[in-house]
Amino acid sequence: MASYRFNLVKRVPQFSSSLYRIARRCCSIYTTPVDTNEPTFDKILIANRGEIACRVMQTCKRMGIKTVAIFSEADRHALHAQMADEAMYVGPAPSNQSYLVMDRIMDIIRKTGAQAVHPGYGFLSENKEFAKKLADEGVAFIGPPSGAIQAMGDKIESKLLAKDAKVNVIPGFDGVVKDADEAVQIANDIGYPVMIKASAGGGGKGMRIAWNDQEARDGFRLSSQEAASSFGDDRLLIEKFIDNPRHIEMQVLADSHGNALYLNERECSIQRRNQKVVEEAPSIFLDPDTRRAMGEQAVALARAVDYTSAGTVEFLVDSQKNFYFLEMNTRLQVEHPITECITGVDIVQQMIRVAKGHELTMKQSDIPIRGWAVECRVYAEDPYKSFGLPSIGWLSRYQEPTHLPKVRCDSGIQEGSEISMYYDPMISKLVTYGDNREEALQNMCRALDNYVIRGVTHNIPLLQEIIAHPRFVSGDINTKFLYEEYPDGFQGRQLSDTEQKEVAAMAACIYLRDQVRAGAFKNENRMPLQPVNPAAWDITAIVQGQEMPATVTENKDNFTVTIDGQTLTVNNDWSIAAAVLDATINGQQNTFQCISRKGDEIKLQYKGTVFKVEVLPKKATDYSHLMPEKPKVEASGEVRSPMAGSLVSISVQPGQDVAIGQEVCVIEAMKMQNSLTADRSGKVKAVHFETGTNVSEDDLILELE
Amino acid sequence: MMRIIRHLGKRSRSLTYSVTIKMAALVKYSRALVRFSKSPPCLSLLRAGCPRFCSGDVISASVHDRIEEKRRAALLGGGQRRIDAQHKKGKLTARERVDLLVDPGTFVEYDMFAEHRCSDFGMEKDENKFPGDGVVTGHGRIHGRPVYLFSQDFTVFGGSLSSVHAGKICKIMDQAMLTGVPVIGLNDSGGARIQEGVESLAGYADIFQRNVEASGVVPQISLIMGPCAGGAVYSPALTDFTFMVKDTSYLFITGPDVVKSVTREEVTQEELGGAKTHTTLSGVAHRAFENDIDALLRLREFYNFLPLSNRDPAPIRPTEDPADRLCPVLDHLVPLDSHKPYNMLDVIQAFIDEEDFFEIMPKYAKNIVVGFARMNGRTVGIVGNQPKVASGCLDINASVKGARFVRFCDAFNIPLITFVDVPGFLPGTSQEFNGIIRHGAKLLYAYSEATVPKITVITRKAYGGAYDVMASKHVKADINYAWPTAEVAVMGAKGAVSIIFRGDQDQAKKEAEYVEKFANPFPAAIRGFVDDILEPRMTRQRICRDLDLLSTKKESRPWKKHANLPL
Repeated sequence: MASYRFNLVKRVPQFSSSLYRIARRCCSIYTTPVDTNEPTFDKILIANRGEIACRVMQTCKRMGIKTVAIFSEADRHALHAQMADEAMYVGPAPSNQSYLVMDRIMDIIRKTGAQAVHPGYGFLSENKEFAKKLADEGVAFIGPPSGAIQAMGDKIESKLLAKDAKVNVIPGFDGVVKDADEAVQIANDIGYPVMIKASAGGGGKGMRIAWNDQEARDGFRLSSQEAASSFGDDRLLIEKFIDNPRHIEMQVLADSHGNALYLNERECSIQRRNQKVVEEAPSIFLDPDTRRAMGEQAVALARAVDYTSAGTVEFLVDSQKNFYFLEMNTRLQVEHPITECITGVDIVQQMIRVAKGHELTMKQSDIPIRGWAVECRVYAEDPYKSFGLPSIGWLSRYQEPTHLPKVRCDSGIQEGSEISMYYDPMISKLVTYGDNREEALQNMCRALDNYVIRGVTHNIPLLQEIIAHPRFVSGDINTKFLYEEYPDGFQGRQLSDTEQKEVAAMAACIYLRDQVRAGAFKNENRMPLQPVNPAAWDITAIVQGQEMPATVTENKDNFTVTIDGQTLTVNNDWSIAAAVLDATINGQQNTFQCISRKGDEIKLQYKGTVFKVEVLPKKATDYSHLMPEKPKVEASGEVRSPMAGSLVSISVQPGQDVAIGQEVCVIEAMKMQNSLTADRSGKVKAVHFETGTNVSEDDLILELE
Repeated sequence: MMRIIRHLGKRSRSLTYSVTIKMAALVKYSRALVRFSKSPPCLSLLRAGCPRFCSGDVISASVHDRIEEKRRAALLGGGQRRIDAQHKKGKLTARERVDLLVDPGTFVEYDMFAEHRCSDFGMEKDENKFPGDGVVTGHGRIHGRPVYLFSQDFTVFGGSLSSVHAGKICKIMDQAMLTGVPVIGLNDSGGARIQEGVESLAGYADIFQRNVEASGVVPQISLIMGPCAGGAVYSPALTDFTFMVKDTSYLFITGPDVVKSVTREEVTQEELGGAKTHTTLSGVAHRAFENDIDALLRLREFYNFLPLSNRDPAPIRPTEDPADRLCPVLDHLVPLDSHKPYNMLDVIQAFIDEEDFFEIMPKYAKNIVVGFARMNGRTVGIVGNQPKVASGCLDINASVKGARFVRFCDAFNIPLITFVDVPGFLPGTSQEFNGIIRHGAKLLYAYSEATVPKITVITRKAYGGAYDVMASKHVKADINYAWPTAEVAVMGAKGAVSIIFRGDQDQAKKEAEYVEKFANPFPAAIRGFVDDILEPRMTRQRICRDLDLLSTKKESRPWKKHANLPL
């Protein structure tokens, strides 16, 4: 019965206002006007989802082009499907049955009469076959020609081309390596350290670093196995490993009339697991000469492959400002907004113009660097696990900080959206800018403080820490920044004594506000109320396990909190129901978010990290000291699903004995397999799910006797 | 019943014998004082300090000393050693509990000097007398509003109930009813005072009778903070809410020993009558708390939701959550695929004041959600089917849970807001054999009987008889809304088509037809069975306005002695 209803996309009129807001929000940064007399496409299909689909549609709307969205089962309510003029169902939730199925997309193109396709990033954006299929049907691909995609898609070929175009390349070898001895020979020729990986592997995947002959042998063995099994391509890449490297990339733009220019650089050195986390433009590290040299080499490479549209040439830069070509991404990059902020160029607009065959209207000398822009990738993930493991959920409350000046937030979600397990868990790209780096970072700090995300675990704690980190602020960064600064993993903000008191004081004020209000019944007419509101309330705030006795007083226009002999004055003109509390503590501005108030427990987000504060009347803590602490609940013998996902395998059966720590089942969520183990030894009493079924968070999968 | 009592005897005898004699010094003047107190004129004149009747400072000083001594003894309950033992078990004493529960300095104690009058088994000895006799009673205030309360003292005779002990409880209950103020009982008692025999049983019954008389007059809340066994359990069972403390409280008719001798079942106290059992399996308790402190502070919060009596309106307090706040999140919450679950608690959290929901029975019959919240500051009772559990169907447990809650709200003028997503009553032999007809009728009865403002929102499915039951227009709900995702029908498409078009080859096509016709809010809306089709985001705004409008609602039912709820 469900399937019949699926053919409709509901359009509820109330949505429109928020859509207009979203459509409007980032136009102001552009200096490239829309020429309404210039012929352009009537209708463009966006073969993507999420924020990038919304981003492309905004420019389409600006240019007066109709848009077609495609949506999968999971994206039925998604913002991109609502934003488009037409939205077409493309298939079930998994992307290999929807966003990656070229034939279905081609069908939709025919059905809707779209004249061009913007592929966004990911999915089919760098798929030369897709570009070719479109060309065969006379539909414009808003991206580079398939030849360029092919040339740059291959690690070895792209390097050879780069060498020919006089682009600096990392000394190294690429091709089939006969055996481990040859690998060691090559490594010695280049000089250690060297990096070994499969040629066909993208990004940093399967990259191994060898500092000596033994490691070179191991690296050869593992990489060649991976090359054969994962890519069916034996070729290996062995090259000089750049120590202390920075990742700096050049945005290029080229048209089919032989014009090519660079839109300056972006620095994307803050990475985890070779994925970018924080990006900025320009780079604090480059001087004008290096910038020009890099830009000219990038343009040279683009010309060498007859590149058109927008592309990015990635470089590794060492401490001596030597830069080496890494690869070229033949698509719109995730982090393009920061380039737009500093140059004023609407890159998507230029991509569409170029695809229509128009000439670029600007020259290299027209490309400015106006101020500074920073981008944070806000992900639905738990930053306390390996700097971010995906989480999923439902955005029960969501407010982007776009009311603040100089903030741009590219997202494809809204309050009530679900972050599903099927796609990239990115919530948004938060971009701030300013006249200089300091201002941009300050704006970012404020924007992160004011960004309200409830219902999913997110990485704002980590982002806030990076933005405020002295080493980051000074610009002394490299691609290993996170691993160097947090060798034991990210632990959240470590509060100083003063900060701890501030958190305790804020929680105490919220508690007091709530308590005073609790006795203020408005319709208690039969019995006279006798609220007991002492002049000063003796309470205990417990922050991070530490008991802090405090005295709180509500004055006419503020609160006074005395903790440990220190007096903190807190303003009282905030609302207890608001998501964001602008507090002034001892004259200093602080932004808190009240995540939840449940009984005594107040969860406050402060400087990115969420702190649990218990506020109790003093006598309650006095009494609690009379009693022994409750022993921790012993191992339950229950295995519950820590997240929603599908049960890939169950390795035990009822009646079977298991040992503590033994794997009992595996759950796959967000394309990651998680092994669940028994928390104590015992006999399996019951297994409640079957292999292949979906489980939700906290489902009881298995019980021990 | 006799077996129960005999068992109780065993329990509390052992408790009584283990009482230490150290208190003797503190209570040696007790008899003298009892004699004194039988001559009230003299005592009152002494108090007034009239010199004519005071033959000398000696007497007055001695009486003052005795009063002081008694007070001190009363405050110490069963003595420091027993207090320490109580703490060691992770429990607070009766007085500490009262201190945490009421506003500072507001507790006024009654009958501090009351002592038992038993003279059997050596009970008449001074060392076996404790002023207060094992229960602290009186009144105090919670957030400025009055409350009557009793708190049983486990350190005195294991909190066992004597006739005096029962009399003290009855006294405050009588006053509570006269004044229209709720009663809170903090139970921590080994059972009946065996030495008193039938007097103790009479005491229980006196309390039960008052529980019943007070039922529907003032809210009655029981917080079980220790053992509560045998006949004693019926007092909490008669009150409106029974809360428990995890790991330290037990409720059972007979303890594990008797269970073993009768049914040969081996069971621990915790398994038989602990908080987990009663909040998940039996449905006897409405909620469990972590420890004494947590329980008492949460009870203060809970108390704030309740009116003082059936003569008072649902309380209103200030809120900072705007009444006209839109809830865009609700627009996306109900999945279009009607087989997909969602969490009704998410719906509730989104539209109530400040996400402050006090759920009742959160772990029992989870296919229905009930609890208290506020709308624009006013207390409301919320009932919602929970699609996440058993598709939100109504079964025996859910019906009884819902019915009891609805009746409480109706008794105490608390408006009811019902969120409907119900596929029907749960089919099956186990349900039928156990009387789903009889139990399901309770919920129907409760809703039909209720005269408080009733507002209903159909979020998705409202199928069959369950649609009628869930505060439909037909059972006199005041305002009924449907979200655009609502479907009001006799049954789901598949079942309906297999009946209407029996034998038709193209079932799928017919199903589509049925869906087109019935799987939307129109059939109900054109008949006026729903008053409006509401964009979900408007829900809070509309309900807040409706509640203001309905606050003057007056509805009466035909005169009757009392109604006859199907039991």
